[in-house]
Amino acid sequence: MTEKDPKWDEEVEKYTNVLRKFAASTNYTLNPDEKYLRLIVEGLLMNKKKFGYASCPCRVADGKRELDADIICPCVYRDPDLEEYGRCLCGLYVNEEYTSGRKGQGGIPDRRKYQKMERK
Amino acid sequence: MAHPKVKAYTLSTCPYCRAFKMFMAEEGIPFDYTDVDLLEGEKRKSVMKEVDKVCEDCGYPIIMIDELVIEGFNETKLRKALRL
Repeated sequence: MTEKDPKWDEEVEKYTNVLRKFAASTNYTLNPDEKYLRLIVEGLLMNKKKFGYASCPCRVADGKRELDADIICPCVYRDPDLEEYGRCLCGLYVNEEYTSGRKGQGGIPDRRKYQKMERK
Repeated sequence: MAHPKVKAYTLSTCPYCRAFKMFMAEEGIPFDYTDVDLLEGEKRKSVMKEVDKVCEDCGYPIIMIDELVIEGFNETKLRKALRL
């Protein structure tokens, strides 16, 4: 199934609700911009279908769970990014500093530095 | 008015990359892009080496407008660089 299939909307909505419940139960806030939230959830869902786990939609995944463990949502970089930029890299999780416009507008650097890693 | 040459490294799943592609389409500006995550094997390795050379923080999308490199989708920066 892809984003063009008729059931895609239903799947995105269902997964969005799962993420909302998880965020609420762990005292985190999801991006309040519904249009943007949809794009993020679609990206997560695409990765979930491709790899079997929801790796960050804004990072290049290797496709092997052990190599991608740090970028499976919620990624290990979420909390330091929320602290420093008011949002995680993909913008799924945000805090008041982001929603008030004080932090995290535009692009933020990828704390993982995957691009600069040695790759075989 | 002639548009500058725009090339971008993107991810098919990345919301900012998709927002960038939508913005360019809405503005009617031609651009080339490569979805790095859809590449495999040697082709991916070779493209990622190219990406390494141009990016600082390597936040997608990595947009090259002539000699300028913009990382991430920042509409204000992009409009200025494209003189919109």
